[in-house]
Amino acid sequence: MTTTAQRTRTTSYVNAILEAQRQLLTADPNVFLCGEDVALYGGVFGTSRGLMAEFGPQRVVDTPISESGIVGMAIGAAATGLRPVVEIMFMDFVGVCMDQIVNQLAKMRYMFGGKATLPVTIRTMAGGGRNMAAQHSQSLEAWFCHVPGLKVVMPSNPYDAKGLLVAAVRDDDPVLVIDNKMQLGMQGEVPEDLYEVPLGKARVVREGTNFTIVATSRMVQEALAAAEQLGADGLNVEVVDPRTLQPLDIETIATSVRKTHRALVAHEAVRFGGIGGEIVAQIQEEAFDYLDAPVGRVGAPFSPVPFSPALEALYVPNRDTIVTEVRRILGKQV
Amino acid sequence: MVDSITRQSPSREQFVTFYRQMQLIRRFEEAAALSYQRRKIGGFLHLYIGEEAVATGMIAALRPSDTVVASYREHGHALAKGMDPKAAMAELYGKVTGCSRGKGGSMHLFDTSIGFLGGYAIVAGQMPIAVGLGLAAVQAGRDDVTMCFFGDGAVNEGEFHEALNLAKIWNTPVIFVCENNLYGMGTALARAHAVQEIYRRAEVFNIPSERADGMDVLAMYDVARKAVEHARSGNGPYFIEAMTYRFRAHSMADPELYRTKEEVARWRQRDPIPRLRAQMIEQGLATEADLNAMDAVVDRQVEEAVRFAEESPEPPVEDLWRHVYVGYDSKDMT
Repeated sequence: MTTTAQRTRTTSYVNAILEAQRQLLTADPNVFLCGEDVALYGGVFGTSRGLMAEFGPQRVVDTPISESGIVGMAIGAAATGLRPVVEIMFMDFVGVCMDQIVNQLAKMRYMFGGKATLPVTIRTMAGGGRNMAAQHSQSLEAWFCHVPGLKVVMPSNPYDAKGLLVAAVRDDDPVLVIDNKMQLGMQGEVPEDLYEVPLGKARVVREGTNFTIVATSRMVQEALAAAEQLGADGLNVEVVDPRTLQPLDIETIATSVRKTHRALVAHEAVRFGGIGGEIVAQIQEEAFDYLDAPVGRVGAPFSPVPFSPALEALYVPNRDTIVTEVRRILGKQV
Repeated sequence: MVDSITRQSPSREQFVTFYRQMQLIRRFEEAAALSYQRRKIGGFLHLYIGEEAVATGMIAALRPSDTVVASYREHGHALAKGMDPKAAMAELYGKVTGCSRGKGGSMHLFDTSIGFLGGYAIVAGQMPIAVGLGLAAVQAGRDDVTMCFFGDGAVNEGEFHEALNLAKIWNTPVIFVCENNLYGMGTALARAHAVQEIYRRAEVFNIPSERADGMDVLAMYDVARKAVEHARSGNGPYFIEAMTYRFRAHSMADPELYRTKEEVARWRQRDPIPRLRAQMIEQGLATEADLNAMDAVVDRQVEEAVRFAEESPEPPVEDLWRHVYVGYDSKDMT
């Protein structure tokens, strides 16, 4: 249910998350937050700053460093009616609790004949760009999109960060909300009230006529910058942000491609086996007759995230990578 | 027989070695902090300042063919195991001359030639790896031992328990060293541990364990010799809880709101370096002038390391795709 919000003001991505969490705690006594250093410390990224003081240590819970235990505990709590919001500090740490997420959380509803409802939200932080090296920089969203039973959300701006988180927490299925650490300082218009951005609905971020870039998370800003640059090539680029990767709003994407006839998918994750491959496959299923060129993909090289700032700068895709790939698709020399 | 080893008091040479080693770590870390503040080092930087006696005393009981693994606060362990400060500093700078070619950074030092098998940034991730190192030595018929360093935060992860159990059932020569600095990042021991006497956690696995003063290099060396003798003689794992304290923040990005300045000041009075210095003077093992001369040597070493790091080249672009697999690069796999 989307509420029409009245007053908005400019605030940061991190404040949008903080505000969503505060309002969710206020609005629903079943909501609680837990994770490593979320309470007293306020979250290492500041996404729960002050909330323990406001709501008490039972609703904003510091946990030991026990990812598997935290997620499992949230599953149990959710199975009997609570709405846990679990923070896994860095997305890389999901490796420690994959069993609970993939084998327990994702399976229980189906495996128990629809009799279990698990409204668990897992918030986590993905992405490179801060020289945090191979074990603190990954973008692993494709892993979870592949697992039936999970929903996967990747906001690209403060407005969506708040609205999608609210929708995720209110959703009765397990949802992973994957933020990108490079976006935390991003400013944007955010309504003061509680509102939802519906799950499973893409957004046309920039309208265009003859090329579609489907971009996720941080790549949305890069795609917008690329679109400006490509204007010089006579391209009028449409940028579509899926916002939710599972379920995927292929209709909005396909509608755009049917209009523009050419497309590229950009994400920060490793290109091989990334969600881009799935989106490209669905585009050709839904809009094959409309395509004038192969659908392109931009993603990270097939390697772990390097520490070296020099190498990492080349590793993370950006506007230039996108521009280059668009021109390649169009058969232009770079 | 074990007691006869521990009762020997260290020779003057050992005192000197300890002093130089601790001072090298201290000055290395101070230089790293300065470079970080000057933005020459990016990403995370977790300093070992205050905890030098643990790695120094423990690793002094090892021989070159023994192996060490540690967490992401591992500069001190790498240096104590014999890493060239130049290679370590260059790694922090992300340069190709770094011990991991700049691809690992501060948290991922590594050098098999000195038996330093890595810094790992997923809490407790190194612990089962240590068991494997121990197992390999046994299977190869070598009497080498493995020392595994981890923080108090690690003991609440599943891998901690799995590693201790495996080490015991296979009788592997692993010395587990818990560096208990009282905080798992920003969460105090009492808020995260059902049993705060961490050495007692080993009791349920029938692994002999004890607590030691991690602010006293001589005490650490004593307990290290006992533990190494135990493991090397085929008696299986040993567990040490070193009570210590990090004088600096968790990482350079930590505002330290979870502990008081008074507490930090109290622990600083137990600084292991002035303590050893005073003992050496008192026992007539060195004069102020001797110790100052040693400091000057260490300072030159660290200065050289910094200069080396600054003058070293960045990794070549091809390194992005190198070392993903053996024998071929992954450039064409994207």
